[in-house]
Amino acid sequence: MMDIIKNINWSPLFVSLKTGAAATIIAFFLGIFAARLVMRAGKKTKWILDGILTLPLVLPPTVAGFFLLLLFGLRRPFGSMLYEKFDIKIVQTWPGCVIAACVIALPLMYRNTRAAFEQVDVNMIYAARTLGMSERKIFWKIIVPIASPGIASGTVLAFARAMGEYGATSMLAGNILGKTQTIAVAIASQAAAGNYDVAGFWVVVIVLVSFTIVAALNIVSGSTSKNIRRWE
Amino acid sequence: MKKRLLIYLTIVSLAIATILTGCGSGNASNTTAVESTEATKLAIEPELKSEIESAAKKEAAQEQTEGEEAELTIFIAASLTNVMEEIQSMYAEIAPNVTLTFNADSSGTLQTQIEEGAACDIFFSAATKQMTALEEGGYVVDNTVVNLLENQVVLIKAAGAKTTVTGFEDITNASSLTMGGEDTPAGAYAREIFTSLGNIDDVLAMEINEGANVMTVLTAVSEMSNEVGVVYATDAASMPDAVEIIAAAPAGTLEKPVIYPVGQIVNQEASQVRLDATTAFLEYLITDEVLKVFKNYGFSIYAE
Repeated sequence: MMDIIKNINWSPLFVSLKTGAAATIIAFFLGIFAARLVMRAGKKTKWILDGILTLPLVLPPTVAGFFLLLLFGLRRPFGSMLYEKFDIKIVQTWPGCVIAACVIALPLMYRNTRAAFEQVDVNMIYAARTLGMSERKIFWKIIVPIASPGIASGTVLAFARAMGEYGATSMLAGNILGKTQTIAVAIASQAAAGNYDVAGFWVVVIVLVSFTIVAALNIVSGSTSKNIRRWE
Repeated sequence: MKKRLLIYLTIVSLAIATILTGCGSGNASNTTAVESTEATKLAIEPELKSEIESAAKKEAAQEQTEGEEAELTIFIAASLTNVMEEIQSMYAEIAPNVTLTFNADSSGTLQTQIEEGAACDIFFSAATKQMTALEEGGYVVDNTVVNLLENQVVLIKAAGAKTTVTGFEDITNASSLTMGGEDTPAGAYAREIFTSLGNIDDVLAMEINEGANVMTVLTAVSEMSNEVGVVYATDAASMPDAVEIIAAAPAGTLEKPVIYPVGQIVNQEASQVRLDATTAFLEYLITDEVLKVFKNYGFSIYAE
């Protein structure tokens, strides 16, 4: 046991944490804005937008990975344009990891935020308008605080999904130790190589890390939503 | 009205579901009935089992054409995917009652799956290491292993892409490399070549995308995700428009040639019908017409 820990290369842990954090932050803002967009949309646009935004959640992650490869692959028009003009390579890089994780985590953030927004009493918004608040202030100071339990739970789910993302990440970002090998990919590689002890070690690590962070997020969000009463 | 419609819909969907499952399992239940009776027969008289087996094998070839249905699970190295597909359609014409199911992945992964108890009839590996390991573990049926094919290890790049790499020696010029992991035969051979050339440490310091199997490596290079990759000559030949061979492995860098052994795996749940079908297919694999197909795909036939 001890010699596994001594010989282990810790980079998958750092890659996973960095990817999870970055993807969650991006999904947080994108999800909130997407939910705001859908709330203000007309009926037809609402359904179409909602369908597109929820799709990565419904489909297998490999489908998302496939589309991302079609988009960013260096043989494909968009990917080769990015590489030739701006020298930006997305495949097999850490930004690719983040983008894949974000695409998968975004629907969770979006759906939870939208559900939370739908629960906001519209009269609050009207009242704020009569008091002369700007739209931006209304959004960030009235709507978001009221919806904060839903937004918080969305963030937790998005983080959980981003940490655990495997299919799309392995298709887009590949398996480069130190750069794109997340814990999930490391577990798959080690298990395929027959190193069950190393794979098992990484399983324990990711369970501990995920549990700790999710518990911490819950505690933090729990203290800001005092109007949630416990069911007795 | 709405409620009645809902009830009708539920009944119709349940009926469709039952019909579908009934049709689907019809064939499976027949073969399981046959397998269980065969298994009980064999269990009763273990001493005579080997005699029965050899007698059955003599008639196996004839029985296959008119015989009962059998489904074989064949684990093949990823590099064999395309050629085995063609052989599968060829065999379907000879023995239409035998269904071949392939599981293609890196030989290391397949070895692990077999050791963990996966039901498998035949193992076609890309290296002797995995087959030998399984033989030592008692997973292989005695005297069924044939060192059938020989392959070459090559360095490839995407067709039309520019690279300063001219061979295995100056591979460190590339910005990124993809090759199989250590547990894949292709990855092991690649590392062996670099160790023989003396630049293994520099190579390992490069940005390496470890592919789960050699097909992943091939696709990564064809998609230009990595600049160069190490695959088999047969893989490069399977995508002539997408990849180009830069160089073959220099002579003497591989201790032993790249040999593909094929052998029968001990399958506890196999009925006599299935065992016969396995033997018949193994015998089919070494016939001239099949060896010709292998050669078409770029494999050489291994001659000791």
